[in-house]
Amino acid sequence: MTTTATRPGGGEERAAISARTLRTDRWWLAPLVTFIGLGAWVTYATVRVFMHKWFWVEEFHYLTPFYSPCLTDRCGDAAMFGTPLPNFFLIPEAAFTLPFLLLFRLTCYYYRKAYYRAFWLSPPACAVPDGHKSYSGETRFPLIFQNAHRYAFYAAMVISVINTWDAVLAQSTGLGLGNVILWVNVIMLWAYTLSCHSCRHIAGGRLKHFSKHPVRYRFWTFVSKLNTRHMQLAWITLGTLALTDFYIMGLAAEWFSDLRIIN
Amino acid sequence: MKRHFRVWRGDASGGDLRDFDVEVNEGEVVLDIIHRLQATQAPDLACRWNCKAGKCGSCSMEINGMPRLGCMTRMSTFTEDETITITPIRTFPVIRDLVTDVSFNYEKARETPAFAPPPGVAPGDYRMQQVDVERSQEFRKCIECFLCQNTCHVIRDHDENKPAFSGPRFFIRAAELDMHPLDDREDRKEHAQASQGLGYCNITKCCTEVCPEHIKITDNAIIPMKERVVDRRYDPLVWLGRKIFRRDELESASTKPSFPPIVNPSTANPSTVNPPMSSARLPQTAPVGPDGHMDIAELVAPQQGGLSPFGEDLEFPLPPEQIAYHHPDPDKTPDR
Amino acid sequence: MSSTIERHLYDVVVIGAGGAGLRAAIEARLAGKRTAIISKSLFGKAHTVMAEGGAAAAMGNVNSNDNWMVHFRDTMRGGKFLNNFRMAELHAKEAPERIWELETYGALFDRTKDGKISQRNFGGHEYPRLAHVGDRTGLELIRTLQQKIVSLQQEDFAETGSYESRIRVFQETTITELMLDGDRVAGAFGYYRESGEFLLFETPAVVLATGGVGRSYKVTSNSWEYTGDGHALALRSGATLINMEFLQFHPTGMVWPPSVKGILVTESVRGDGGVLRNSDGKRFMFDYVPDVFRKQYAETEEEGDRWYDDPDNNRRPPELLPRDEVARAINSEVKAGRGSPAGGVFLDVSTRLPAEQIIKRLPSMHHQFKELADVDITKEPMEVGPTCHYVMGGVEVDPDTGAAFGTVQGLFAAGEVSGGMHGSNRLGGNSLSDLLVFGKRAGEHAAAYVDTLGVRPKPAKIDVAAAAEVALAPLARAGGENPYTLQQDLQAVMGDLVGIIRRAGELTDAIKRLQELKARVANVSADGGRLYNPGWHLALDLRNMLVVSECTAKAALEREESRGGHTREDFPKMSPEWRRVNLVCSLDETGEVHLERKPVPRMRAELIDLFDRSELAKYMTDEELAEVEAE
Repeated sequence: MTTTATRPGGGEERAAISARTLRTDRWWLAPLVTFIGLGAWVTYATVRVFMHKWFWVEEFHYLTPFYSPCLTDRCGDAAMFGTPLPNFFLIPEAAFTLPFLLLFRLTCYYYRKAYYRAFWLSPPACAVPDGHKSYSGETRFPLIFQNAHRYAFYAAMVISVINTWDAVLAQSTGLGLGNVILWVNVIMLWAYTLSCHSCRHIAGGRLKHFSKHPVRYRFWTFVSKLNTRHMQLAWITLGTLALTDFYIMGLAAEWFSDLRIIN
Repeated sequence: MKRHFRVWRGDASGGDLRDFDVEVNEGEVVLDIIHRLQATQAPDLACRWNCKAGKCGSCSMEINGMPRLGCMTRMSTFTEDETITITPIRTFPVIRDLVTDVSFNYEKARETPAFAPPPGVAPGDYRMQQVDVERSQEFRKCIECFLCQNTCHVIRDHDENKPAFSGPRFFIRAAELDMHPLDDREDRKEHAQASQGLGYCNITKCCTEVCPEHIKITDNAIIPMKERVVDRRYDPLVWLGRKIFRRDELESASTKPSFPPIVNPSTANPSTVNPPMSSARLPQTAPVGPDGHMDIAELVAPQQGGLSPFGEDLEFPLPPEQIAYHHPDPDKTPDR
Repeated sequence: MSSTIERHLYDVVVIGAGGAGLRAAIEARLAGKRTAIISKSLFGKAHTVMAEGGAAAAMGNVNSNDNWMVHFRDTMRGGKFLNNFRMAELHAKEAPERIWELETYGALFDRTKDGKISQRNFGGHEYPRLAHVGDRTGLELIRTLQQKIVSLQQEDFAETGSYESRIRVFQETTITELMLDGDRVAGAFGYYRESGEFLLFETPAVVLATGGVGRSYKVTSNSWEYTGDGHALALRSGATLINMEFLQFHPTGMVWPPSVKGILVTESVRGDGGVLRNSDGKRFMFDYVPDVFRKQYAETEEEGDRWYDDPDNNRRPPELLPRDEVARAINSEVKAGRGSPAGGVFLDVSTRLPAEQIIKRLPSMHHQFKELADVDITKEPMEVGPTCHYVMGGVEVDPDTGAAFGTVQGLFAAGEVSGGMHGSNRLGGNSLSDLLVFGKRAGEHAAAYVDTLGVRPKPAKIDVAAAAEVALAPLARAGGENPYTLQQDLQAVMGDLVGIIRRAGELTDAIKRLQELKARVANVSADGGRLYNPGWHLALDLRNMLVVSECTAKAALEREESRGGHTREDFPKMSPEWRRVNLVCSLDETGEVHLERKPVPRMRAELIDLFDRSELAKYMTDEELAEVEAE
């Protein structure tokens, strides 16, 4: 290039700082906690999904969310939509919903931040260098499919309805601690699902004139408030899901018995 | 009380962290310390600053590795025996000491299509509701400190992405205009995706973390813009709806004035993989572009090439009577 | 480092990239002129961003009774009738158009219910009049104008293939000297702050929009850029300054901690119960109630305290006296040695109100000090003192065109650097609209002036060489004075002796000390090279600050009355005789400052009719009143 000579002070160099990061705080703590938290949860969920047992408490109609809706022959009375799926150890009981739930969380704008930082180290923390040589973001396959978050959201809405139905069915047997846990879980799942960024966009975010759509504006305002807690809800629902499942597993395996309030 | 500081000093050719012991008084911010350094120990220490009240966004620097404004970083946030390291922002070329060449941002600003006023609405007749302007107003709080641009790993750690990526500052600008109740352009989403490189963002939210104005860059601008792009490009339901209800035809029937597509010079021309992001000044000689050729504007400029040393209003050849020159007569030898 | 000087050819060069400068540049470019904008800092960082209140324009959106005549009246009253009436008139008439224009550039003001621009009340304005965006109106204004310039550049790009073919911003560039060809402006000489290299603009028209002079004061709300460059450039090229004695001080700016020094503490802190105490813990304001106010103000602390809850049956506490009285009292306490350690007094609201009340009533104050300085105003008193805020005086200009008076042609000025518009005191909100109205006019007339020229004036080589030598002198000199020390000394002289309350003796002393400083500044030296060297930059700014300070000091000594931003302890009254006088400051060939008196232009009859006779009687001499009656 001929132009360098004509540019005064035309250095294109960044400041020569040898340290990769000069951060002195414990920046590695947050990604580490995320890594351990998400890792532990995924391990637990995988083990549980392929256990193929202890998912249904006949007496109180408790069905764990990991197996809802239950669609294989193993389901017995837990099956609400028939049993179209064969018994094969690689096929989870809820094979029609789990992939969508997984997709919903994988493409969630919060989880993306969490695992890009904690697992992919891109970047591990602000002003800490990326662990990779090149970077193309979400511009090409496969990460361009992150844009499909909206479909996963639609699916998650349907699944939330099914989970709610599970809680309602369990209610018909009376009231126990299990019911309370199921309800808390369902409410949290709804809160997490509705606080989704895609939901916020669909509710009203895409509008140019709020003033012409007062109802949608109110809904958008509501979702926006929830949305600021999306991260907390993401973690809370991981907790409530695992807790609900564990409680029902415990009941089904008869490690302990349900604390009944009515009946 | 004296405290220990390490300040990066140097320029494009190199530099290092220098140690200083500076008096620190109660209630001071890092910028005060830099001023004391200038007044007492290093009068030529280069540092930008203006308002010293967190309103202009000039004193961007990295303090203990975190991108911050010098005027908004209180000394009381550090422990008493802590060494404080101050470096220039890393993502942009350094000029000297704490001053960097941020012209990247001004070039990207120029490539972002400006507000398109609604045709046929006279000044004074603009009517907008407060709820409609509030979203855009949040983004207009931006003080252009460029800390978000600096911390964004897309260009911080991958310099090669600079031509294709505009950065958070200009995503909020695109969002601001797309949400502006009276803006007349419809193609801002396409522009954000195709020319600004919105897809490079992996929403790791560092821009939001460092924003001194607490603008929710990711949640309120980048993600909504991503969703708006999805509306246009990746959502088959929307596509189907358009086909069924023939909305696209309705839209085109109400013919909006069409704007020429914005050509991003840095991405349009694949041969300029890494155009210089310096404060490209026109040189005094004939100005050449990054490709070594003369600018096309040269032809419409008032003069071509460099400036004449004789002034611009002289025309050559001069009329002979104006020339103070006497041809020597060969017959006569000059009197000595 | 090359010794050649980069040359640029432009039709109009605008010095200053604040509101006025950008507006002028837009207008010049729209008139088809090749325009350069010179900015000392980065593009968009101008001091205009600090303006919080809003831009005053009689649009009548909130109260439909408002119109330009009411605005004009308010402006004249605020300036104590010393304003250039024509400027005040143009300003009041054109401000709404300028504000509406901003919306077409993309500005987003706060809205009323029916979707118009919302307007807020402000001291001195009869109706709600300030178009605003929260408390960041100045930022909105700068950003809007900045983006308009970018959009013009985009238009040029579409047409010519180059963003900078018609309008170009030279960031971080300082102009040190204007070049003249005879008495015509021929160019501007300066340097890139980044590289220290020189550049020369060949241009027939220059618009000055460099802002104010506040950096000459110890405590100021102004940024480092406010070194009076435009004032000094104008003086050195043969233009004149008027009424430089009028500086607006705010009585309560923070003086400690240093991180917030100069930041203003709004008057509502006192309105909500804040009290002023000296170092003995005494509420000293009770000792400073002037006789004329004696009846309206409380005499005991108990009575004053009752006023906050029951204003009808009690007299107000003396903390709420007018600004200049409060400032005078603070000044006296400090000079009597009863000030706070940092040279102010204590403004205490923490012991007066419960914390939650303070946070509720003063949210932005509380937030600002908490964030910037970790000062919790609910727990500890603030240290406050008078703070230099705005200069009303400036380049004497033709009201319609913005062309500078004096011997020079082709020089225009707009914004804070120009004088006359605000008279002796500026109303809040008038500065932002002033920028727009007169920025546009200056740009427009600079472009028109260029069209009248047959031949382009040419800068003389010898002048360029001389300017380069002057600029390099501090670097070449070894072992001279430290520029930072000199600046501190200058600030001390101006702050202590030409501050908010002035006395003849102190002013004479100040003029003497300024002469001494002049000799020292001539011997200033800067370490280091030319590459982004702040010490060198300051050394070059010093002589501008000095010459402007001298004008201020001399004019302050000359004007023997108290009016608006000029308070003389030895002449505490406003004098109708002095209202007829503008003090005009100029520079002779040897660099000496001269002061002369010039009559204030007489207001047109239809404008005079906007005022009550009884009101005019407060400002005018009997002779003038008789003339008014005769008309």
